[in-house]
Amino acid sequence: MSSISRSDVAHLARLSRLAVTDEELDQFAGQLDQVLAAVARVGEAAVADVPPMTHAVPLTNVLRPDEVTPSLARDVVLAGAPAAEDGRIRVPRILGDAE
Amino acid sequence: MTGTSSDLTRADVAELSRLLGAGEVSAVEVTRAHLDRIAADDGRLGAYLHVADDAALASAAAVDEARASGAELGPLAGVPVALKDLVVTEGVPTTSGSKILEGWLPPYSATIATRLAEAGTVLLGKTNMDEFAMGSSTENSAYQVTRNPWDTDRIPGGSSGGSSAAVAGHLAPWSIGTDTGGSIRQPAAVTGLVGHKPTYGSVSRYGLIAFSSSLDQAGPMARTVLDAAVMHEVIGGHDPRDSTSIDTPLARLADAAREGAAGDLRGVRIGVVRELGGEGHTEGYEPGVLARTREAVEVLAGLGAEVTEVSCPSFDLALPAYYLIAPSEASSNLARYEGVRFGLRAGDDGNRDLDEVMALTREQGFGPEVKRRIILGTYALSSGYYDAYYGQAQKVRTLITRDFGAAFADVDVLVSPTMPTVAFPIGARVDDPISMYAADLCTLPASLAGLPAISVPSGLSDGLPVGLQVMAPALADERCYRVAAALEAAQDAARGHRLLDELGTPAGAA
Repeated sequence: MSSISRSDVAHLARLSRLAVTDEELDQFAGQLDQVLAAVARVGEAAVADVPPMTHAVPLTNVLRPDEVTPSLARDVVLAGAPAAEDGRIRVPRILGDAE
Repeated sequence: MTGTSSDLTRADVAELSRLLGAGEVSAVEVTRAHLDRIAADDGRLGAYLHVADDAALASAAAVDEARASGAELGPLAGVPVALKDLVVTEGVPTTSGSKILEGWLPPYSATIATRLAEAGTVLLGKTNMDEFAMGSSTENSAYQVTRNPWDTDRIPGGSSGGSSAAVAGHLAPWSIGTDTGGSIRQPAAVTGLVGHKPTYGSVSRYGLIAFSSSLDQAGPMARTVLDAAVMHEVIGGHDPRDSTSIDTPLARLADAAREGAAGDLRGVRIGVVRELGGEGHTEGYEPGVLARTREAVEVLAGLGAEVTEVSCPSFDLALPAYYLIAPSEASSNLARYEGVRFGLRAGDDGNRDLDEVMALTREQGFGPEVKRRIILGTYALSSGYYDAYYGQAQKVRTLITRDFGAAFADVDVLVSPTMPTVAFPIGARVDDPISMYAADLCTLPASLAGLPAISVPSGLSDGLPVGLQVMAPALADERCYRVAAALEAAQDAARGHRLLDELGTPAGAA
């Protein structure tokens, strides 16, 4: 199993939409290396013919009747949003200057 | 007992229910006694993140009014309760111990919160926890440190440490916790309480803030096995709003607890798990914990149970499998905190684009353990590593489940210590994830297999509580309650009082 470098952590943080400080990069790279070393033992398990288990209970597709029921009121939902405008959630800019 | 406020906060739920039903105390008196105790003592313990003073007194007054008008009330009407702060409650702040949800007021309530309210219980407030339930000590809360009432320099367990400190410290008669890798059972063990993780899917997860969806399960934390069973019956059962909810009636759990307390375990086959503290597997286990476990097993044998040792070789792989599966699911679940629809938004100054705002929001809103697990989960799920880590861990999960299946062919329940150690000092492990994760050693197998497991006090080691874990097959939760109640009754009778009674009331707090 491979180890995690500082630049790996920076890449993973970008994929996770997580800004990290230089200090955190140093800290996480060391700690994640230790964690990965500790969990590497799963690779030694003899599981070639073992099916994976995702859930403790068998999952089936659960459908409810297709009926219109009341949902949360718009003002109630917007009250929890960080920014709202004209009855809608206001989002940060999506397109950059060049687009 | 006619009710000084100190008596009321030391009573268990069964006693409170009797006093309320007989009209010997009012719901307002019971609630006020707890609110007074919180005001006097929570500065020392830090159990609550939010105390719902006014709302609690208003719902207690409504119960008293209904009773006065002759309405038919359930046995729990007027009994106070505390909820871990990831149980979503309409109009009451819910943060999951994270800054990213600071100030958020949920627009709806979790099914278990609704069921407790319908039973007439009174919500005292929301209890502290490790951020997004990630941790074994409650030191990862973004808000405050919670202290163990037995020794305030030590951890109250995690991640439901606020719930355990509230109940053990007599700031609530019982509480809700959630358990992903042991977060109900461990805090119960280190504070001298009973904590039960129900069969996965038997208590609704609708309205619980998700950490690792295939493992998360809410359950009761209480001072007695009977109280835990009673709460489980209130919150459990099928919920059409949760697609993983099992549509099978609950067993009669409170009856099983009463039956166990009668003290006859003849015909019950108990397996002691060798891999959890047995011979050759004692590294990391404190001698006092192993001694209390051995004594508890002797007590159970003395009540007629047939005890054997069983081997579950795959349990040695539970810890590594868990620390791949849980972070993987967490990295996915926590993607919803992006600063757009609810919660914190940081850096939105009109010049930054959406990606930057999301990254800054998550940087500011999440603490180190949450970030560490998001990054680890993202790694374990990434192309090229998926098979070696996440896929392999899911297969190990099958092996662990098969070990349980083989064991339960021969025995009715399995037992082990709940935690390898007593409560450790605050700060002792906080910078060392590996030693922190070791606290989860005994609780993870039942989590990965989705099986019910209870922690019941088994005595003290150096003046600190130790818990015995009792595990049962899926949907056989009643076996946990029966065996745990038998141990509790026998040990209470032998010492002449409850273990928790050895924890006195701090001066000036009554």
